[in-house]
Amino acid sequence: MDWQLIADSFWPLLRGGLTGTIPLALASFAIGLVLALLIALLRLSPNRVLSWVGRAYVSLIRGTPLLVQLFVIFYGMPSIGIRLDPWPGAIIVFSMNVGGYAAEIVRAAILSVPKGQWEAGWTVGMSPARSLRRIILPQAARVSVPPLSNTFISLVKDTSLASLVLVTEMFRKAEEIATFSSEFMTIYMEAALIYWMFCTVLSAGQDALEKRLDRYVAH
Amino acid sequence: MSPTDRIAVPPPGPRSGTLLTARGIQKSFGANHVLRGVDLEVRRGEVVALIGPSGSGKTTVLRSLNGLETPDAGLLDLDGGPVVDFGAQAAAVGTRSWAGRRAGARLAKLNRAALRDRSAMVFQHHNLFPHRTVLENVIEGPTQVQQIPRETAIGEAEGLLARVGLADKRDAYPHELSGGQQQRVGIVRALALQPDLLLFDEPTSALDPELVGEVLTVMKELADEGWTMVVVTHELQFARQVATEVLFLDGGVVVERGAPAQIFSNPAEERTRRFLDRILHPLD
Ligand SMILES: Nc1ncnc2c1ncn2[C@@H]1O[C@H](COP(=O)(O)OP(=O)(O)OP(=O)(O)O)[C@@H](O)[C@H]1O
Ligand SMILES: [Mg+2]
Repeated sequence: MDWQLIADSFWPLLRGGLTGTIPLALASFAIGLVLALLIALLRLSPNRVLSWVGRAYVSLIRGTPLLVQLFVIFYGMPSIGIRLDPWPGAIIVFSMNVGGYAAEIVRAAILSVPKGQWEAGWTVGMSPARSLRRIILPQAARVSVPPLSNTFISLVKDTSLASLVLVTEMFRKAEEIATFSSEFMTIYMEAALIYWMFCTVLSAGQDALEKRLDRYVAH
Repeated sequence: MSPTDRIAVPPPGPRSGTLLTARGIQKSFGANHVLRGVDLEVRRGEVVALIGPSGSGKTTVLRSLNGLETPDAGLLDLDGGPVVDFGAQAAAVGTRSWAGRRAGARLAKLNRAALRDRSAMVFQHHNLFPHRTVLENVIEGPTQVQQIPRETAIGEAEGLLARVGLADKRDAYPHELSGGQQQRVGIVRALALQPDLLLFDEPTSALDPELVGEVLTVMKELADEGWTMVVVTHELQFARQVATEVLFLDGGVVVERGAPAQIFSNPAEERTRRFLDRILHPLD
């Protein structure tokens, strides 16, 4: 094993993770969550057209591979005159994807809050929109933290696909170094290790967050 | 009783006269015709007790008064507004034209909110906000909806909590309280809204027997202080002592109404007599 190569490549890889993988995942997740809330509200709407739109979106996102979504945006869209730079393009694809998956989590979480909470919000004078924001969503957030954390961790790993559309995230860096040095095994294992490191830290963060949110619940 | 002994003074305004008149209230859930023309009159400072068998429509009546349920027909007149004609409203919501329907829906929404803003509900299962402390539960409506300054709202909430013996629980979360304490917070949350009408839906029926007394005591004090209340209850003892009028509901109609002494000692209707018998002598 080439220890010198491992030492030399560690920082470039980690930097690719910190300046590529993590920002890409964070931005996509943040936008994806907003999208997810909108889609979830569409699905919960009593208006049939709106709820159908929400359902169709979720079905489309979940029913097609992420890689295909990515290629449609990058290699399909230019043929109809829409050309996106790697970064904004990747953020759009990943956030739309997160939006589809997280919408179902958010919807289930909203439905899990007892009806009496809406009614209590109503009786103290709140509109449904205000009840949603102040009463329902904070409680829904608690139940959705574990599944949403899983979505986020998957997303961190999925961002490696962005290397295929020339986003310089960690895996793209790994490919460059591997090709240059011909040490494929060493470099890809090293990249895998760093992904694993990231995900371990995120899992720990998830545990901490769950504990914090649990403080108002009886055990 | 000196003013400092009060839990909370009812909101300013007239102290007597009719507060609420309901005429011919009807409500169906699908094919289930639950309310078949309920009449109700509540004068200021009175306590009206609704009793009746399970499924007779007591909760539905109460929820209609708070805008939580919208009757299909009937008239609801709250002194000082709103006056709602549910039949006309339902007709408007059901008109052919899109614009007409929209106008109807808007009217229904306004009516619902207007009713809600005159009353406050104390639920059977307290429905406190679990992610908010006791104090935050109480000031939520005043600060978020009524735009009362936070400091003022906190001061009033602390006063109310102290009067129901929960001053030291202000920063606790609902799950840290006993059932009786939770229900007292539920009452305080309703009082803090300064409603003209307090609505209670079996506030003690989910409690362990030894916790019932502390909640009923608070309710009795509120009645003594002149709050106007409509109480759905199975606590006949309480109804007898505190209510000014008792309504016996069965099959979606008021079968009998009168002073508690008359209803309990000498009911005119056979159905009332049988219902009371079942509650008072469940083993016979
Ligand atoms: N949201 C609803 N949807 C459908 N049916 C309902 C709904 N709410 C109440 N009902 C029905 O209406 C009838 C009256 O219910 P309501 O809750 O008013 O009775 P109640 O007198 O309060 O009974 P209880 O003493 O059991 O609380 C019941 O048959 C009930 O199943
Ligand atoms: Mg009921």
